[in-house]
Amino acid sequence: MVDPALASRLQFALTTIVHIIFPVMSMGLAPFLVYFTWKSIRSLDPLWERQRRFWTRIFAISFVVGTVTGLVLEFEFGTNFAAFSTFAGELFGGPLAAEGMMAFFLEATFLGVFVFGREKVGDALYMVSAVAVGLGTWLSAVWILIANSWMQTPRGYELARQNGQPVVTLVDPVAAYFNPRFPWMFVHMQSAAVLSVALFMAGVAAYFVYRSDRSRDGDEPDSSGDDGASEGAAGTDDVRFWRTTLKIALVVLLLTAPFQVVHGDSYARHVAETQPQKFAAMEAQYETEAPAALHLIAIPTDPSAFTDPRAENLWTVDIPAMASVLASGGDPTYEVTGLDEFGESPPVAIVFWSFRAMVLLGFWFIGLAAWAAYRWWRGDLFADRRLHLALMGSAPLGFVAVETGWIVTEVGRQPWVVQGLLKTEEGVSPGLTGTEATLTLVGFALVYTGLLVGYGYVVRRLVLAGPPEIESTADSSGSGQNPSQTDSTTTAEAIRDD
Amino acid sequence: MTEPAETATVALSSPIDLTTLWVVIVFAFLGTFLYLDGFDFGAGALFATRTDEAERERILAAIGPFWDGNEVWLVVFGGSLFAAFPPLYATLFSRHYLLLFGVLGALICRGLAPEFYEQRDDETWKRWWGRSFVVGSIATPLLLGVFVGNWVLGTTVTETPVTVLVGLAVVALTVVTGGAFVALKTDGPLAADARTWALRALVAYLLLIVAVLFVLFVRTHVRDALIEALPLALVAVSIAAGGGCALALRRERDLLAFLAAGGLTYALVALVGALLYPTLDPATGLTAADAAISPLALQLLTLSAALLMPLVLTYFAVLYSTFSGSVEAEGY
Repeated sequence: MVDPALASRLQFALTTIVHIIFPVMSMGLAPFLVYFTWKSIRSLDPLWERQRRFWTRIFAISFVVGTVTGLVLEFEFGTNFAAFSTFAGELFGGPLAAEGMMAFFLEATFLGVFVFGREKVGDALYMVSAVAVGLGTWLSAVWILIANSWMQTPRGYELARQNGQPVVTLVDPVAAYFNPRFPWMFVHMQSAAVLSVALFMAGVAAYFVYRSDRSRDGDEPDSSGDDGASEGAAGTDDVRFWRTTLKIALVVLLLTAPFQVVHGDSYARHVAETQPQKFAAMEAQYETEAPAALHLIAIPTDPSAFTDPRAENLWTVDIPAMASVLASGGDPTYEVTGLDEFGESPPVAIVFWSFRAMVLLGFWFIGLAAWAAYRWWRGDLFADRRLHLALMGSAPLGFVAVETGWIVTEVGRQPWVVQGLLKTEEGVSPGLTGTEATLTLVGFALVYTGLLVGYGYVVRRLVLAGPPEIESTADSSGSGQNPSQTDSTTTAEAIRDD
Repeated sequence: MTEPAETATVALSSPIDLTTLWVVIVFAFLGTFLYLDGFDFGAGALFATRTDEAERERILAAIGPFWDGNEVWLVVFGGSLFAAFPPLYATLFSRHYLLLFGVLGALICRGLAPEFYEQRDDETWKRWWGRSFVVGSIATPLLLGVFVGNWVLGTTVTETPVTVLVGLAVVALTVVTGGAFVALKTDGPLAADARTWALRALVAYLLLIVAVLFVLFVRTHVRDALIEALPLALVAVSIAAGGGCALALRRERDLLAFLAAGGLTYALVALVGALLYPTLDPATGLTAADAAISPLALQLLTLSAALLMPLVLTYFAVLYSTFSGSVEAEGY
């Protein structure tokens, strides 16, 4: 049997790593859905209604899986980390309750209207429901990140005793809930979610553009978007659908990818100031130095230490003084605090390599965006097959970057669960047995593997099924004198905006 | 440090006793979950009694728009218990570890099933997701009932004969609610059968509750709590709501039956709260005042609930009025 503390940590890691995929999908899709809904109401072009319906299906399944996996996390604070919940509940529980009341209710009730109610409500209420769902997903992130950021930079509390046990008690709600970390986390997370979904959409669209290109003669000089219209078949509507998706996703990618790296750079400086131990782990900086070099690579000199994430004798490839520059925002002589000043270290290698993977991906996304922008500018966005392959391959990478980022955030804080106040192993439920914890850990490993396979399978099916055909049901939805489908397609050709 | 004593005094001497208010709120969340998601669970159980695909689709369509919102009441029940009474949340949830993971597993089966069921048309796929739906719909209220039974009785093991009876009673109750709801939303033989099942479940529920109360009566400490005015009144409300529900079902007044099932549900949850209070955890003797957070945090929580819950009720009003009609046979 696994030690209950270790099993609880592994289980929480597993259940969070799986869960985060689904909120990222719904938070990232939300602004796109609001946009598609707005366009589908304002424009007679059926393209937008098809976009809305196609992406709503993926949103709906992601939301459901996110709900059931999120509930698991909420329960795990009580079941596996009872000592943490008792200790930190007064500050940590409030945001969770607020998330349910302020965000989750809004999202879940209006999702019913949004998914099932297009024919039942007028345009105005339908638009409201789209905004409400989107707002709900983002407000959820506000409260979850308020709770999490408090664990990174705890403020606004006092240590007290309740029933003979140490607890934190709330003294300054503003300091606690708008603690220094929160705005950094929120901006970084939301931008990451939108970026991840833009990459996913671009990858899906690139796949269909690539395929349609190949199914024709594959060597078309002019593929600027107007060529499809002359063919007049259902397939050309699909080509236009995916080209629009690709363009929208690329615009968003072009905006978010550079922003994410620039913002990430400032965020890292904030971490260096407020959680120097985590920054040192991110940079594998064992000793305090000024100037401190940036390790591009750090590998244990002794091969037998490869499995030890805390191995200290490292062979490194350095950029001199660069860690000082990054930590201070330009000062090459800045002193970077080393891990040796903090006693217990987190598993440095995990933090160090996750951070590098995330940063590398961040730069790759900028490169990809620049490549696509260049092709677009040159007018052969739909002809560069290597770009399409690169976009397809990058479709899941935003999610990978999010996972590595969270690993940096959460593993980098170890051994603390609440920075400087409570260690993770002290937070585990005292009465929990190894048998119970192992049983549920194995159970989750099995169930969540199945869950991921099932989710991937369904999303793949939804994607491959392609955009839904629009029957004439849209007429009843209040767009007034909506003509029949063939007519509206003609109208659509006339007002097409690209 | 003498913090705890001070905390308790302030909480009790404030003009409105916020600690008691939060006990009421937490149980109101639990009750609303049991009522609203209860009809989802009951509909899931009725799903097992239908073999006709069109009827099954109709059951799914009847609950489709509501499930997501209904489930959130469980999230806020957990969240508010955690926020207002952290040590209670911690001790209760860690003590009934396997039971709660059973609930989570059942909810995963239940939650994913309708969404996955629709994805493919082949028989095997539909059969397995249909089973997942039914099993999840029955296991969730069963295990949740056992959990609440354990909580009230201060049981520290996973299950006892009495708490299993409580679990079965909760399952029966969800079938009453779900039957009335399906009858309300559909017509023809499906609605007629839903009423029959609701009636049977109602009888089963009342018998099970009588059995549970009889066993409890033997235990002196619970007997004393039972003979107080509030528990007795709640038992009376249950009997009245049960009678009303039966009459309404027989006369095909489905909305009335559905509302009466709500009366039964809230009476049951209120009874649980009344039997516990002011102790919130009989197993450890933890009282509401001991478990509550400090006055400042509790005031903040109360303020946010006071601001947000009227909005939440508005959302539900919009949702339920949007889908107020009965569902047509074509499914969703």
